[in-house]
Parts: sequence; structure tokens; C-alpha cells
Amino acid sequence: MSEISVRAGGAAGDGIASVGENIARSFSRMGLHGFGLNAYQSVIRGGHVWFQGRASPQKVYSQGDACDVLYAMDRQTVDIHLPSVSGGGTVVFDPEKFAVQDSELPAGVRKLPVPTLQIARKFTPQSILQNAAGLGATAFVAGIPLEIVQQVLTESFGRKKGEIVDWNLGAAAEGYHFAEQNASVNDRAPKAAGPPKLLMTGNQALGLGAAAAGLKFLAQYPMTPATGIMTWLAAHSRDLGIVVKQAEDELAAVHMAIGASFGGVRAMTATSGGGFSLMVEALGMAGMCEVPLVVVDSQRSGPSTGLPTKTEQGDLNMMLGAGQGEFPRAILAPSNPGEAFRAMVKAFQLAEDWQTPILVASDLHLSENLMTVDRSEISLDVDVPSLFTVEPNGHEYRRYQYTESGVSPRAFPGQPGLMHIAGSDEHDERGHLISDTRSGVPLWVSERTKMMNKRMRKLTGLLGATEPPQLEGPAGAELTFVAWGSTVGAVRDAMGLLTQRGVTTNLLRVETVYPVHPAEVVEAVSGAKKTLLVEGNFSGQLAHLLRAETGVVLPNRFLKYDGEPFYPMEIVGKAMELVRG
Amino acid sequence: MAESSAPVRASIEGTALPLVGKSDVKPTWCPGCGDFSVVAAIEMAVKRLKIPSSNVVIVSGIGCSSNLPHFLSSYGFHGIHGRSLPVAEGIRWSNHELTVIATGGDGDGFGIGVGHFVHTMRRNVDMTYVTMDNQIYGLTTGQASPTSMMGHKTKSTPNGVIENPLDPLALALASGATYVARGFSGDVKQMADLVANGIQHKGFAFIDALSPCVTYNKINTFDWFRQRVYKLEASGHDPSDLTKAWQRALEWGEKVPTGLFYKTDKPTYEDLEEVLAAGPLAKQPAGLKGREALLDEFL
Repeated sequence: MSEISVRAGGAAGDGIASVGENIARSFSRMGLHGFGLNAYQSVIRGGHVWFQGRASPQKVYSQGDACDVLYAMDRQTVDIHLPSVSGGGTVVFDPEKFAVQDSELPAGVRKLPVPTLQIARKFTPQSILQNAAGLGATAFVAGIPLEIVQQVLTESFGRKKGEIVDWNLGAAAEGYHFAEQNASVNDRAPKAAGPPKLLMTGNQALGLGAAAAGLKFLAQYPMTPATGIMTWLAAHSRDLGIVVKQAEDELAAVHMAIGASFGGVRAMTATSGGGFSLMVEALGMAGMCEVPLVVVDSQRSGPSTGLPTKTEQGDLNMMLGAGQGEFPRAILAPSNPGEAFRAMVKAFQLAEDWQTPILVASDLHLSENLMTVDRSEISLDVDVPSLFTVEPNGHEYRRYQYTESGVSPRAFPGQPGLMHIAGSDEHDERGHLISDTRSGVPLWVSERTKMMNKRMRKLTGLLGATEPPQLEGPAGAELTFVAWGSTVGAVRDAMGLLTQRGVTTNLLRVETVYPVHPAEVVEAVSGAKKTLLVEGNFSGQLAHLLRAETGVVLPNRFLKYDGEPFYPMEIVGKAMELVRG
Repeated sequence: MAESSAPVRASIEGTALPLVGKSDVKPTWCPGCGDFSVVAAIEMAVKRLKIPSSNVVIVSGIGCSSNLPHFLSSYGFHGIHGRSLPVAEGIRWSNHELTVIATGGDGDGFGIGVGHFVHTMRRNVDMTYVTMDNQIYGLTTGQASPTSMMGHKTKSTPNGVIENPLDPLALALASGATYVARGFSGDVKQMADLVANGIQHKGFAFIDALSPCVTYNKINTFDWFRQRVYKLEASGHDPSDLTKAWQRALEWGEKVPTGLFYKTDKPTYEDLEEVLAAGPLAKQPAGLKGREALLDEFL
């Protein structure tokens, strides 16, 4: 398979993320499938950040493992990443800044010293253009045509025109031509493969999916790695007619969303684990008041402040149990932007249909990294029916009327004749509380049971309305992976690598994490020769859930909680150990 | 700003839509509770303004006074402790033709919910907030509240409160509220006027209602207030003067002023939120059909 990975590293503030994004976008512009990993720290300047752009004519699902081209802005990048450069690879750096000895290069790895600062100074005395020169040289080695990298660079300046753009294009061209004269294109570099692909982060896809589903109101408080949902929607607020409210805290954010939903619009909030913790009481209120609500939890390493810029799948237990008492909910866990878009559409439909909170589990790896998406994976042609469907019919309107499905007719403030109260206390069919003078009185004791049963019946509906877990890959495989969320990406890549090694595998992908679909889980696991759970947390939270709900036991677990994403080769290693002993 | 952002209030006069009245749920407050006056004042105010009950949403948190929405015939949202204001804001922004009134107690609004109190005021959301301030936690049977006076002996402070009480009116002025008033449950007529004017005020209207707890607060009783209250309107106070408003807001002890402390006109959040210029959010189109060009930014 002809695929290439380009890595760029330096200190925060060096502009690595934009170099990386320009590389990733050049690849997607060439019609290649790709993944862009942006690894950063919780500092604004300094430290060490790096970006890996991977591209292939075939579908790729993760950042991959090694790299073929390393663009090092500082010596630390060489120290950290040189061992990851594959044979035949190239290290691009500026000898004016630091030296790279031939003796330290891994076998088959070449160096390409590029005078990026000298090139930069031809245009302006500041060093700012060095990255454009470095980008040009790196692009040449990675097989990206100059026109494409220049086009992407121009667009990255938006509407800005003038000498700063011209200088950047000039410096990129000089870097490109310098590499052309002093190096060769990497053997693994793929050729352009068709029309440009969409390239987006999970957060952008989540925002886009929500907008397609009819979102009119987002309230959110900034928190990495969920912030990108708010900033993408804020940038499109006026154009799309969506109110985006940065709230004073996550308590306000979730309550504003609940208020807006009660008022008659589709509303959501998004946060990471810390903010989600603050929203817990409100989730129960939405469950009790039967207000549709979509909440995204984009997980990061916990507990507490944890590793704010690193990924994890440690919030599943919290999402399952958030809130005192019991109320129906669903948890969807997409693994890539295409799935994230569709999960949001689904989440809004479920929230409306079942009038209860629906949680979408993302994580830093999905939310913030760039992935290519085929246009066919994203349809904006989503029906958004009116929410105003109930009219007065001469009978008394009961907001919480007992029904077989558990779903009661929903009216909105402003509608004459349908006045009602939403009560966070236990209430009767009209919403009036049975918590004070009526609590403990026999008639109302049984009403409480009836009302609980009514709400909890929605869980049966949610089971029928959600997708059961899918078994991907051949039946009767030697090994069955079990995974959820962004981890699925690295597993899918590992499956391809294992096929090349003669090991057949399949994957039980659990996208509907809750409610659990027991029949499908039991069938897949009991039919498996061997299983391997791959999950980004300490205790195997999905394995616990599946065991609790279905009795299946997943004894082999590859668990990771170091903040880093799963890499395909480490999964391959675990799988080979298990299969070949 | 856009006319469409102005709330529909008295304009429905003449139609057959019913006005706000009592619901068929009887208040569960103790006999003699100050909150009876507040619910009566709110009912009088919205009736006077002829706002149909279907256009009124009363939002509350938790506490004795937060049961209020159940006792009127409008829409209501009886949420959780301290969170009435963000729920009310969400409702208001989803449909700014609605008249939104938040109600609650001093624990709900100035204790657990004080962050939202400050931020809602600085946004000048066009809504009305009536707090039933009894300087005690009633529903949990008598603990100190953020407005309990220094030295007040309660179940949670048997040796007396040792922290300074929060001054809701001064906090409102500092936070940018554009209508700041105080009522007293011993004067329903004045309270109804303050609430009606607050609803009519374009912006955030805050009315702190001194509403004695007859069961758990044996200090700040009806009699205690009757001996101290005086009306600002009778004392020549100019409610457009912020400095004077500050002085009056800090006055508490021998004399306790009631009435309108401060009023000013500023653009509301709804005026400034451009998306709402196209009309109530709940009535706007939604979704991305036909917006395929939106995907070009990802190429």
C-alpha cells in the first residue's frame, strides 16, 4: 500500500499546527484519505508539540505509526521523533538552528538541511516565513505538487491578500525548489487519487451534524477538547440562524439548553468530563421534566483536571450513572467525523422522539484531530419536522399523560389552551407535584410508581430506535476485537495490518453504548474464537457494562490510560501475542 | 434594534385568550406566609397588563417560594435548586414573545444560584425576577440564609450568624440590572405595581420581595418590617440617579426603603443577539437542507 506520513514538531507557538494542517489539507486536496494528529500540551508557548499527517489512496482510520518525513523546528523534535522515522525517510531541518549528525540517523534515513531562515530573510527580516520554506521542502519530499501546497497556503490566509501572502508563497516555492535540487521524493508518496475529500475535525462534524438536525440553540462553557464545537457553531451562528451562548459555567449552559428546549427549539450543550460533572443534576431534571436534550461529552484524561490536552475514554461510567435516581437515556459513541455527523442527527431525533437526555460520547482524539470524509458520508438533506404538533382538542391537556410508549404529547409556551407546568419534583400527569401534601398517601404512592414506569418505558423504545452493535469483518475470524468510540479507528487499521500478517480478525463496534443490545452482543461474543477488548481507560468500563447487562466476559483487555491515542502497531502486537501465543 | 425583538404583551388585549388566574392547586405555604402576597401581586400585575396566560412562563428553583408556579394558570417550569435564571434565559431566547418571570427564594437566588443572578443581570435579559426574601431557609426547617442578619441564631448557627448578609439590591446595581426594586408582603398593591412595571420594563427587572417567614424567622417578622419600611416614591427619590440608588440600597436597619431604587434603559440581550432579529427562534426555520455549499470550507 502506498501511503505516507509526515510529522512536524517544535515548540508551541512555532506554528506547527498550521504547517500540519496545510500538509493534511494538501493530501485531502489530492483526493487521498488521511488523518491529521495534532499532539499538544496545556501551554500556549514553549513545550513540545507535533503533528502527523498521514495519507493513502486507501481508507485510513488513524494517525498510523511511524513517519516518512520529519520536519523538525527544534532539536528536541529530532531527539524525540528520530526513532519513529521509517527506512527511506527524510529529516528536514535548518542547519542554522541546530545540527543533525549522520551517525545518529536510523538505517536508511536521510537528512535534508534546508536554509529556511535564509530563505525567510530574503522576504522580511523576521523569521516568520521559515515555516513556509520548511513546508515547501517537506511538501516536495512528501510528493505534494507545489501548486497544491501554494493553493492551500493561500486559502489558509482567508480573505487576507497582499505581501504577507505573496511572501509565504514565495518562501514555500523556494523551500520546494531547494528540496527538488537536493533530495528526492519519498518512494512511498502516493499520487493524487481523485476529487478533493472533505477534511474536518470531530468537533466540526458534531457541530455540523447538530445544525443539520435542526439545532437552534447551543449553550456551552469553554473546555478542552469540546470547545471546537462552540467555536465552529459561533462562526456560523448568523449564517445558520443558531444562537450560540457562551454561558457563565456548565451549570448555566445545560440549564439554558433545557430552557430553550422547553421553549420549543432543538437545543444542546457540549463539554468535557469536568463540565459534565457539573451538569449531572440537570440531566436528571431533563429526564424528570421530559425535556429533550443533547449533551456531548468530549472526554479527556481524568480524573479531575487530569491531562487537559490528552485523550481518554474514562467517562463512560459517569455517563451511564450521571444523575440521582433513574431516568432513561441513550449514549452514542461515534468513532470518526462521518459517524459523528450521523450520531448528532440521530441524537436529536432520539431526544425529540423520546423526550429525554441523549448523550454523545466523543473524546479528544476524535474531537480535535483531522480526518478525511467522503461526501457521501454526510448528507445535509435531513428532515427537520416542526415540533409544534399538539393542538387543544377540548379535553384537558395532560403534559405527562400515561401512554404505552411512555412518550406524552408535548406542547410549548405560547400555545393557548395547553398551559402546563414542568416539574422536577415527582408529579402527576398534569405536572403538579405529588412530593409534598400527597407524598406517602396510598393513591399517590401508586401514582409515583406509574409515573416512574411511564418514563422508564422509554428505555424499551430507545432500544428499538438505536442501532445494535455491528460486527465488521469476516465471520469465524481468529480474533474478535471489541471497541467503542475513537479507539475503533486504530483497531480498524490494526485489522488491515493483521490481514497482511495472515491473521483474520473482526470487530464488534459498539456505537450505541447504551442501551445495550444484549442479543447482538451475546451472539457476537459467544461466536468469537478469541476476543480482545481495546479501550482507553484503566478498568475496562465497556467490558463491565457488557458483563453487567449480558453476562458476557471479555477476559483479554488492552487498556490504555497514558493520555496517548492507540497506535495500530501496538494493537497488532497484542493481537499477535493472543493469537499466536 | 429590530422591532420583532420586543415582547408581545398587552397587544393581545381584546382577544378571548384567558388571562392568568389561580390554578386549581392550593398553595401549600404556612398560614400567614409572606409568599401569599407575592403570588397575589404577580397575578394582579399580569392581569392588569392583560397578558394571556398562555404567553406567560413562570420559572422557579427549589424552596418554599419556588412552588409558586403551581399556583397560577400560566405555563411553568419548576426546576432544581438555584437554576431558575438560566432556564428562564433559555426559554426567553427560544421565544422572545413570551413574558418570562422567574421566582424563588433568597437561598435559591443569592446562595446556590448567585452566580447566575449576577450574569443574568449583566446581560440585561428582558425578563422579571421576583425573589421572596425571608432571610431564612424555610423548607429545610430553619437554617441561616445569605441574607440572614449578623447574629441571627438559627438551627445551623446556634450561636448566631458570623458573616455579613448579602445585599441583593446593591449586588443588582453592581451587576448592571436595569430595574431594581424592593417590595414588602405587607403591601400587595405596591408590590403589584412594582411587578407590573418590571414586566413592562424593557430589560432585566429585579424585585426583591421582603416576604417574612412566619414559622422560622422570628426576627424579621411582619411587625419588624412594618416599623421600618418607608416608600422611596414618597421620599423624593429619583430612580434615574444611580448614586442615590446606591445610597438607598445600602440603607438597612432603623429604616428599610421599599419601591423603585433604579431604572435605566439599555439594549437587551435579545436586542443585541442578531439571530433573534429574524423573529422568535422557535418560529425560525431549522436544518441545513439546500446548504451543500457549506461543505466547501472543509475541502
